[in-house]
Amino acid sequence: MKKRVLIAMSGGVDSSVAAYLLQQQGYECMGVTMRLYENTDVGIPKGHTCCSLDDVEDARSVAARLGIPYYVLDFSQEFRSAVMDKFVRTYEAGGTPNPCIDCNRYLKFGLLLQRARELGCDFIATGHYAVIGRREDGRWLLRAGEEDARDQSYVLYSMTQEELAHTLFPLGELPKAKVRAIAEEQGFCNARKHDSQDICFVPDGDYMSFLERWNGKPYPHGDLIDQEGKVLGRHRGAAAYTIGQRRGLGLAMPHPVYVCGKDMAANTVTVGPSSALFSPALLADDWNWIVPPPEDGILRGEARVRYHQAVQSASVTRLEDGQVRLDFDAPQRGISPGQAVVLYQGDLVLGGGTILRALPEHDG
Amino acid sequence: MIYLDNAASTALSPAALEAMLPWMTEQYGNPSSLHRAGQRAAQAVSEARAQTAKILHARRGMVCFTSGGTEADALALSTAAAWGERHGKRHIVSAAFEHHAVLRGLEHLAEKGFSVTFLSPGPSGRIRAEQVADAIRDDTGLVSLMAANNETGILQPAAEVGALCRERGILFHTDAVQAVGHIPVDAEALGADLLSLSAHKFHGPKGVGALLCREDLPVVPLLPGGGQERGRRSGTENVPGIVGLAAALLQADTSMEADMARTAALRDRLAEAVSRIPGVHLTGMDQPRLPGILHLCVEGVRRDTLLLLLDQAGICASAGSACSAGALEPSHVLRSMDVPEPLSMGALRSSLSPANTEAEIDTTAEILSDLIHRLKN
Repeated sequence: MKKRVLIAMSGGVDSSVAAYLLQQQGYECMGVTMRLYENTDVGIPKGHTCCSLDDVEDARSVAARLGIPYYVLDFSQEFRSAVMDKFVRTYEAGGTPNPCIDCNRYLKFGLLLQRARELGCDFIATGHYAVIGRREDGRWLLRAGEEDARDQSYVLYSMTQEELAHTLFPLGELPKAKVRAIAEEQGFCNARKHDSQDICFVPDGDYMSFLERWNGKPYPHGDLIDQEGKVLGRHRGAAAYTIGQRRGLGLAMPHPVYVCGKDMAANTVTVGPSSALFSPALLADDWNWIVPPPEDGILRGEARVRYHQAVQSASVTRLEDGQVRLDFDAPQRGISPGQAVVLYQGDLVLGGGTILRALPEHDG
Repeated sequence: MIYLDNAASTALSPAALEAMLPWMTEQYGNPSSLHRAGQRAAQAVSEARAQTAKILHARRGMVCFTSGGTEADALALSTAAAWGERHGKRHIVSAAFEHHAVLRGLEHLAEKGFSVTFLSPGPSGRIRAEQVADAIRDDTGLVSLMAANNETGILQPAAEVGALCRERGILFHTDAVQAVGHIPVDAEALGADLLSLSAHKFHGPKGVGALLCREDLPVVPLLPGGGQERGRRSGTENVPGIVGLAAALLQADTSMEADMARTAALRDRLAEAVSRIPGVHLTGMDQPRLPGILHLCVEGVRRDTLLLLLDQAGICASAGSACSAGALEPSHVLRSMDVPEPLSMGALRSSLSPANTEAEIDTTAEILSDLIHRLKN
């Protein structure tokens, strides 16, 4: 019997081509668009349209072209609590959230996979650029996508063995240009659609307005200070400032300054020169090992602390409480609490976790 | 395919299609034109108007053709609001389970300074006339209560409420979109000053409906323009649609008694079969209901999963209202009935037509039973 696969279709070119390829490979396919938020959540007036209707229409049109069943399923309540709420709370606690990772973890490979099983599907599939493989001993592995610039393994590090076993990434070994070419060949309406850039629920990139709308009132303004505590200016609510941010500070300084710290209790945002952003080590928790290392000893690997950063060599230590410490060979810029750190060996993802904090010095 | 979503839309009746065809082909005149082609079209609209009025026991001058139920509701509310402002009556009584066309319209009026009381029926799903009486104030200008609910099929006491309103000099609007063509609707007996209907709910074409509107109410068009429909609704008349509406209504009226009996028997057959599935709760069984709607909730099953699996099995049903993308909205109707959320998440609406067969009903019950069993294990 044909294996059944549920494809998460966003309306973009990647998931559309993923659906096409799986159909070519002989799977019985079903397309689903996840409705993730209400318009009112993202500042679009009620009664305007429903979700991103253009994307739904694109996905539906591709599904119709392929002749596969297609549905829109509502996950807005779950998205609200598992992703948007956490996004706000992380900012309010002074961190830098990564909602796409949470969405993959809780919504796609959590709830959608569960739903796929209820619907009698063997797999779910997405248009992510990453490669799932299997070791001789049966362990499932995750590898970076073939084309470096497109690799999305960073946002997938939290996948469990169970999730990897029931997920297909048909685009992992293709270059993006090839994917667009397939979409053109197939006459998909979205072949030339732009890649999504911003966080989907903050389409205009204005985090401040989003946070204030969620909060129901503006955040209190406060002082922008330098590393010695000298007041340089005012900030418009500490929550929405991001570590490493340079633009929009409203300061006229002789040299570039960056956000290098936030004290939420004191409601101050600290700025400093680029050099103030560098740390040699970090502590992470909520760690997921895809390839568990030997029980003891220090592991060597390459890590990235933000999306699309070039990987950096580091020594990795597993601490007793499940936390993981990384000591980089060279100090790293802009290590931000709340962001993910993902560990590689070559193109193999060993694991990853959430950055708890940057550490000021090397271990021992 | 087994089609059990007739409350969403129905098949166009052959009689309506036949009546419409000339007005889409050789008879293309504009009813406002002076020449013979225009006059023929005007005559067709006029006959459709007279027929519609006659069947619904309204005066011909009350019939205003619109683009459908939503426009009829919007026009009813803007008309009633203008009347209320003129008479210093800016309070409105309605129900929490109304169609979004009414709810959103009322929210809009609330933003403009009207105050609106939304009554909830509680578990019965049926508003009591006394609730309306209690909610009426000195400044109440309008009561808007649907004739039959589109999710549960439960009939509302429109005639009682209409009488109450007439007694107190208050306007009464009823959204009769689910009722017209399915049960006898008599605008006069209902005491309705305003009544909305939509053709595609009774085997007429999409894109056409009507508002019955008392002639002495203020004219408040939604669209300014050439003043068609006695100034209430500008824009060239949808001649084929209007002709189709009247033809479908005539057919529904002619065969109503037999259709009601047949549809209710199918509905009861389905109810009987599914009531034996563990975890299935039928809605409103002790209430007067439309003959064609069977609403139920399945414990521990998600409605979208169920609908999707039914669709895969070739059965078209619904869970209530969906947004324009097709995703399901939480049901405000079930909320107004205090149905607990875990149960309302398992809602399923089957809406039948006389064209459904016993075999289809039996197949549906069987498939439903299998699916529910599978989803629970």
